[in-house]
Amino acid sequence: MLNIKNLTCGYDSKIVLRDISLRIESRELVGIIGPNGSGKTTLLRAITKIIKPAKGEILFEGKNIEELRYKELAKNIAVVSQSPAINFMSVEEFVLLGRIPHYKRFQFLETNKDKEIAKKCAILTDTLKLKDRPMPEISGGERQLTLIARALTQEPKLLLLDEPTAHLDITHQAAILDLIRRLNREFGLTVIMVLHDLNLASEYCHRLVLINEGRIYKTGLPQEVLNYRIIEEVYKTVVVVEKNPISFKPYILVVSEEERQKRGER
Amino acid sequence: MREKLIRWIIWILILGGILLGVSIFSLCVGSAGIPVKKIVSLILEGRGTTEYSILFDIRLPRIILGFAIGGALSLAGVILQGMFRNPLVEPYTLGISGGAALGVCLNIVFRLNKALGILSLPLCGFLGALLVILLVYSLSMRKGILKIQGLLLTGVMISFISSSLIMLIMAISRTEDLHGIVFWIMGSLEEPNWFLIKIALLVSILGLVISYLFSIDLNAFALGEEEALHLGVNTERTKKILFILASLLTGCSVSMAGIIGFVGLVVPHFVRMFVGGDHRILLVSSFLCGASFLIFCDTLARTVISPMELPVGVITGILGGSLFVYALTKRQVLLGEK
Repeated sequence: MLNIKNLTCGYDSKIVLRDISLRIESRELVGIIGPNGSGKTTLLRAITKIIKPAKGEILFEGKNIEELRYKELAKNIAVVSQSPAINFMSVEEFVLLGRIPHYKRFQFLETNKDKEIAKKCAILTDTLKLKDRPMPEISGGERQLTLIARALTQEPKLLLLDEPTAHLDITHQAAILDLIRRLNREFGLTVIMVLHDLNLASEYCHRLVLINEGRIYKTGLPQEVLNYRIIEEVYKTVVVVEKNPISFKPYILVVSEEERQKRGER
Repeated sequence: MREKLIRWIIWILILGGILLGVSIFSLCVGSAGIPVKKIVSLILEGRGTTEYSILFDIRLPRIILGFAIGGALSLAGVILQGMFRNPLVEPYTLGISGGAALGVCLNIVFRLNKALGILSLPLCGFLGALLVILLVYSLSMRKGILKIQGLLLTGVMISFISSSLIMLIMAISRTEDLHGIVFWIMGSLEEPNWFLIKIALLVSILGLVISYLFSIDLNAFALGEEEALHLGVNTERTKKILFILASLLTGCSVSMAGIIGFVGLVVPHFVRMFVGGDHRILLVSSFLCGASFLIFCDTLARTVISPMELPVGVITGILGGSLFVYALTKRQVLLGEK
């Protein structure tokens, strides 16, 4: 579905990503992990044509995205950004904005079909009850769900999420990632998401891509990527990797400096 | 959907009604009061009477110009507020009016309007406005991100610079030019040239139509440029077209009526309180409301100390500014953010 070939890109003169090659198959759920500033968000921005590649190319369904119009791209790829500007509008109006790429030239009003799709997406994300609430007044978890509802309203084939679980409690973290899993399973939606929480990434993603200092360090199944040697090397932190007794996926425990010293003394 | 459309149509009808009412009121009052009933019979009688020429040669042109300029300035305000995502932005506060005024002043001093025809006046206004928009925009962009904080400050400074430059031009210009500049800079809807009035009307209505084509894009811009891009809006192209449009509307208005401040600030705010932030209704209703507002202010300007006349910018400044301060303290909602 998405084929990134030798991508090098960045801002002005500063190169952030170097020689990235990555294939994403249809119906995959891929997690992108890596330390702060390693270039995870930049990769998402390159896929949506916000920054242009200095070298290499990105193919979406075989076509170079440079040749696709923004509108065409938006019909196929939807993005849930980290914290977009929230204006004073109702949740319903906000979700309906997702239909913009499907508007025809000289079409100013949303059709009944647009309305139905928006409603369907609101039901799917459990945000229909918020319909008339103003955006600035809903909670962080609800906001994230609303953002996903808007992205789904675009009817994308590929969904990109930038840290969808940041600043949320575990109830909402699980709710959002369960929802994404379900969308992937039931509707065949391809998902790429940037995650900071390694344990959540391990639990929910089919495949992980570990980025370090602008290069892909390793990609593979969670159990292949998340071993303690790789993590200690990339994150420069001492960790213990165990197995989740129910899902058998790896999970990571951080060891504090104090504990480490105690061990050393013994 | 149906409900929303009906609500919008009702708003347009209400604002259209207000516009019509204000226009008739403005036709009737003045140093020579003409009652409404008499207007019909005057039209039937046709040319010849003094009252007829007061109505159609003095008052009607002012009303038409007020309609065009009030609408144009409000549109420019809505467009700029949408693009910069800042509710305090408008042609005046961003220094765009100042830039346009400087352009027009240079035109008068170099007598370009004599050499190139009267159309060069709005053209110079447009160029001055465009220059300032581009300057303000590029100064407030840092690493591809729009820094809203510095925006207004930059605008105010550019306003100062251009008004100082205008003073400089006035100080070194010939007496006959000085008269022209002073006369024009005072700001008035009195425009003896019918051709220019028609141009203003054309530009403002064209502005409404073109900006309406971008109403959906402007709605997307409310989420930020990057999000608009995610929604398939070609942001670079949209920005270019809308900046040019805002400069055209402002430049044209300033070149004919001088600097009239706060119309583009107060009207969109006020309208937003009632109709909401959706640009599909905001653009049309701001245009209508701005037209009524300026016609009303102009009527006040020529009647308050009649037979003398106040510059209309004084009225819009006092009325608009205080209304704005009141609204600001009254409701947080109208700022469009919390």
